[in-house]
Amino acid sequence: MSDERAAAIDVRDAVKRYGDFTALKRISLSIADNEFFTLLGPSGCGKTTLLRMIAGFEDVTEGAIFLFGDEIETLPPHKRPVNTVFQNYALFPHMTVQENVGFGLEMLGRSRAEARARAGEMLEMVQLSQFAARKPAQLSGGQQQRVALARALAPQPKVLLLDEPLSALDLKLRKAMQLELKHLQRDTGITFIFVTHDQEEALTMSDRIAVMSAGEVQQLGTARDIYERPRNMFVADFIGETNLLEVHVDRIAEGRALCHLGGGHALSCDAVDGVGVGARVHLSVRPERLALSAAAQGDESLAGTVREHVFVGTDITTLVDLAGGISLRVRSANSARASAQMFEPGAAVHVTMEQGAGRLLVD
Amino acid sequence: MAKRYDLRVYPGFRAVTFLCLFVLYAPLVVVMVYSFNASPSITNWEGLSLRWYADVFTGPESAKFKAAARNSFVIALVAASVATAIATLSATAILRGGRFRLRLVSFGLISLPLMVPEIVTAVATLIFFNAIGFDRGLLTILLAHIAFCIPFAYLPIAARMQGIEDTYEQAAMDLYATRRQAFVRVLLPLMMPGIVSGFLLAFIVSLDDFIITNFVKGAGVETLPTAIFGSVKQGIRPNIMAISTMLLAVSVVMVTLSWLISRRDTTR
Repeated sequence: MSDERAAAIDVRDAVKRYGDFTALKRISLSIADNEFFTLLGPSGCGKTTLLRMIAGFEDVTEGAIFLFGDEIETLPPHKRPVNTVFQNYALFPHMTVQENVGFGLEMLGRSRAEARARAGEMLEMVQLSQFAARKPAQLSGGQQQRVALARALAPQPKVLLLDEPLSALDLKLRKAMQLELKHLQRDTGITFIFVTHDQEEALTMSDRIAVMSAGEVQQLGTARDIYERPRNMFVADFIGETNLLEVHVDRIAEGRALCHLGGGHALSCDAVDGVGVGARVHLSVRPERLALSAAAQGDESLAGTVREHVFVGTDITTLVDLAGGISLRVRSANSARASAQMFEPGAAVHVTMEQGAGRLLVD
Repeated sequence: MAKRYDLRVYPGFRAVTFLCLFVLYAPLVVVMVYSFNASPSITNWEGLSLRWYADVFTGPESAKFKAAARNSFVIALVAASVATAIATLSATAILRGGRFRLRLVSFGLISLPLMVPEIVTAVATLIFFNAIGFDRGLLTILLAHIAFCIPFAYLPIAARMQGIEDTYEQAAMDLYATRRQAFVRVLLPLMMPGIVSGFLLAFIVSLDDFIITNFVKGAGVETLPTAIFGSVKQGIRPNIMAISTMLLAVSVVMVTLSWLISRRDTTR
C-alpha cells in the first residue's frame, strides 16, 4: 500500500544483532522524500549497517523498514528501488564505463539501445562522455567516483544510498564533489542517504543529520540544530570544536539557567529539558562565540590569562587559562585582527560569552 | 648497504643455482637433443635428423601411439572440463556460500587428494571400481581423471576468487541483477583467468598421469604415458624420445599459457 505522502524511508524500531553483538539498538527515523539525509558517526557506530539494511545486504533482526510506505524487509536487494554508491565504487572492472552505467537498466529489462542511450545521458551529466569506452582502471579516482554516481543514478532509484563515497578523494576534489553532489541531489529530486564520518562534509551538504554513536541515534536535526544546540556530550564533542565546562546549575528562572563553574565564575544560559536545579552537567560553548577583551564586559566576563595563540589560517585560536584550572579556547577570525586587540601570552584578559551561545548538555 | 643483503652476492650463489638447474634440466635436454639423432642408438650421436619424429607418425608403432594420443587428449579435455566445472561450483559454494559449519572441512576435503600418495589413490580407485562392478576401460580412466583433477583445478580458481571482493556482486544485485545474473555477468568474467588457469593445469595433469591410469585402464586401452611405458619395457628406442619431446612441448605451452592468463589481472 503506497502512500504518496509517505516518507521516503521509514525505519521503525530497527534492531541489528550479530550473535551477541548489537550493532544497532532500536533505531527509528524517518527520511522525507527529496531530502539530503546524512548518517554521521565514528566508525563502528552502525551507520553503514543501517545503510546496508536499507539496501538489503543485511537483514533486520527486529523492527521494520518502509520505503514510501511499503515494507521492504522481504525484498532481496535486486528488487528494491534503491541504488548504492559504494565506498570503493565497485565498478565492474571488465566492463567499459558505458556498460557499467547501463548495467542497472539492462538488468531491469530495458533494451540494450535504451540502456546505452541513458548511460550516455548520465555520463554527460557527470561530464565523462569522452571516457565512455574506457575501462574503469583507466580513470582517476575522482572520475571513477563520478562513474559510480552515474551508474547508481541511471536507473532513477527512489532513494540513493551513498556509503562514504568521498573518503578516498583528496581534500580539494572532495570539496568540489560535495558541492556537485548537493547540486545533483537538488536537480534530480532523488532522496539521498549519505553515510560519513566527516562532520564537516555532513554539515556542508545535509538537509538533516542523524548523529550516531554506539548503535544509537544521539541527535537528529538540521546542521544548524546539531552544531548550535547539541543535545549531549557526544554530539557537542564530535561535531566541530567546543569548550566543555563542568558546571553546577544554581537556579532556573524564565527559561534561563544560572550556573557556576569552578574558580568562582558564573555563567547563564538557556535552560534545557532534562537538566534541573542542582544538576552537575557540562556546558558547551563554541570557541568562535567567545570574545576577548581587556576589561570585563558585563558581570559574566571570566577573568583569565592568555597562554598561547594558535594560527590556523582563517582563524586564530587563543588558549586562555582561568582560575580554578579551567582552560578555554577562543577563536577569532583572522580578518578581524586589525580591529581586534591582540593579547600577548601572559596578558590578563576577560573572556565574554555571546548571548545564548552556551548550551547545557544532557548526561 | 642494501647490496650486502642481496642474495646474489652470497658465496656459492652461482654454483648452487647452476647445480639446481643442471639436476632439473639436464635429463630433459638429453632427451630433447637425442630425439633429433639420426642413429637408432640412444647414446651415439650420428648427426641431425627428424627420422624419429617421422617414425612416431608412420613407423611400426605409429598406430598404437596415435590411438593412445587420441585417448589421452580426449580424456584430458573431458576430464579437465568436468573437473573445472565442479571446481568452479565448489569454489563458489565454499567462498561465497557465507559461513557454514563444514566450510573448513570442505576446503580440506577438496585439497586433501593433493597430499595423498598417488599410488594410494590409484589402488583405492581400482578397488572402488571393482567393488561396484564397473568394467575397466576408457570410462574408468575418465572418471578417475575427473576425480583427481578437481583439486588441481580448484586451487587457481579459489585463489582467484579470494581476490575478488564481494562488493562487485553486491553492486550487481544492487543494480537489479538477480543472484544468477550477478554470477554470470560479474563474478564469472572476473574469475575467468582463474578458471582457464585451473582448466589448463587439470588438462596437463590428466595428460601426464601414469600411475592412476595404469591401475584403472582396461586391457588394450592405452593413454600416451602408458603406451610409452609399454614401449620402453621392450627397450628404449629414439622414437620414445621424440614423443617425450613433443609431450614436453605441449606441457610447456600449456603451463606458459596458464601462467600468462592467471597473471592477467582483470580487476585492474
